Amino acid sequence: MSGKTSIREEMLAAVPKLRAFAISLSGNVDRADDLVQETLLKALANIDSFKPGTNMPAWLFTILRNLFISEYRKRKREVEDGEGHYAASLVSPPEQIGKLELQEFRTALVKLPPEQREALILIGASGFSYEETAKICGCAVGTIKSRVNRARTHLAAILSVDSADYLATGTSTQAIAAGNRR
Amino acid sequence: MNDRKHPKSPEGPPPRRPKGPALDPQIQRVIGQQLRRMHDEVVKEGIPDRFAELLKRLDKRDR
Repeated sequence: MSGKTSIREEMLAAVPKLRAFAISLSGNVDRADDLVQETLLKALANIDSFKPGTNMPAWLFTILRNLFISEYRKRKREVEDGEGHYAASLVSPPEQIGKLELQEFRTALVKLPPEQREALILIGASGFSYEETAKICGCAVGTIKSRVNRARTHLAAILSVDSADYLATGTSTQAIAAGNRR
Repeated sequence: MNDRKHPKSPEGPPPRRPKGPALDPQIQRVIGQQLRRMHDEVVKEGIPDRFAELLKRLDKRDR
């Protein structure tokens, strides 16, 4: 077994989480999958700069994040136009319960500035620490903390403006409240 | 008061924000839950064939 093969297996194992990040980040499944593919190819081309035994997912997330940000800057307008396309390009529709809220949430998420969005997703969904997230985004831990805070505040404002009853009557809200009471 | 759990915040309680409403812990929880739900939904799909095939193809090429 060559070392290359095991590195590729490690890369493949990171694909589901990479895709989840890319989809939340870009708001579009097709673009996300292209981003993941570009990331894998770029990673393989630069495999010598990866130190075996270090954090493979974090390395791949860094590559994907950089690709996304530079693409975002290049095609700002198209990205903003991408908001409405999410639902149409969804591969597997979300579960029935809370479907509406999740779609509203996705739409709201794409409205955040990309730096806030990536920080919020890496911390709140991908499960990276503040330190890891800071490394992935190439900035200080304090910057990540304030971006996450701003992202939450921003998102809460978008959600409560867009749908006054989103939080008051949402199924998920009740489910969480119930879960919290246990 | 004591039933809400704040994630560890080294700087103590969040400062009051000059603009916008204070961030309700309920809203915070909903945001966290939705983020994880989006994530889990995609992770459940596993590894799409195109990626497995891509790496397999590159593997063969190298042998």
